Amino acid sequence: MMTELALNVLDVTENSVRAEASLVHVTVEADTDKDRLVILIEDDGCGMTEEQVASVVDPFFTTRTTRKVGLGIPFYKYAAESTGGSFSITSEVGVGTKVRAEFVLSHVDRMPLGDMCGTMHTLITFNTHIDFVYTYCVDERSFVLDTREFKEILEGVPLDEPEVSGYIETFLIENTAEVNQGIIL
Amino acid sequence: MKSLAELKAIRERMQGKVDMRHDNENNIRVVVGMATCGIASGARPVLKALSDAVQEKELTNVTVKQTGCIGLCKFEPIVEVMEPGKEKVTYVKMTAEKALEVVEQHLMRGQVVTDYTLGDIKL
Repeated sequence: MMTELALNVLDVTENSVRAEASLVHVTVEADTDKDRLVILIEDDGCGMTEEQVASVVDPFFTTRTTRKVGLGIPFYKYAAESTGGSFSITSEVGVGTKVRAEFVLSHVDRMPLGDMCGTMHTLITFNTHIDFVYTYCVDERSFVLDTREFKEILEGVPLDEPEVSGYIETFLIENTAEVNQGIIL
Repeated sequence: MKSLAELKAIRERMQGKVDMRHDNENNIRVVVGMATCGIASGARPVLKALSDAVQEKELTNVTVKQTGCIGLCKFEPIVEVMEPGKEKVTYVKMTAEKALEVVEQHLMRGQVVTDYTLGDIKL
């Protein structure tokens, strides 16, 4: 089990990296009125066949050869469904994959969202060849981090350059705090 | 909101003087397992501690990368250090604190921290 949803997001998004995506959208939307938290991960990677989509929720399915189980998706699905939420994967070969998880915010079994900033920072700085669009919304407040925009400004200075990496980290932390306004997800 | 103007300022400061760290084949490669097993047992802070320390101590001969599962899930988080011409060293059950020791002892002084290596633990 993962101790925070941000770790599920990191784990599941690593699948997009392995699927050779060039653009990945990660969207976190919390709506306190509707009591819902929706996390969307969308990539333009290699995609999966209908058969593969059906089997990834099976813990005994994995594309790897180093071990016989694949728990990433089953963990994430369980984390969503045990809150009374829902989970779905849609995918098309050659087009990409979309993973949507919906949680009931106030449910006692909902794991805390945790360190999403750490997850996005890790994804962005360790996969600089992939572009990420991270959208974070709480009620009507939101911010977006688009690495394509960052790269345009940086004109070749890499995202994993220490100063840039540090900037990305504070950008995530400060904007998240501003959007949260004291609400802890 | 944090502004992008700051990013522009960084670019202006860095451009030209950025000594682009080339992924030199003589570099020491440090890899952290970031599959489900690694992440669930705490690989994210280990990876962060390693890359922060390598940057902070300006170890330009070290590259920190992530990798998938190497099949030793119960020993995660796993960190492997690959140095050209030397045998690979596998550190198991790592934490951010242990990772810092590895940076100081192994990466900077060349002394393997045998307390944390896979060694002859029975698989």
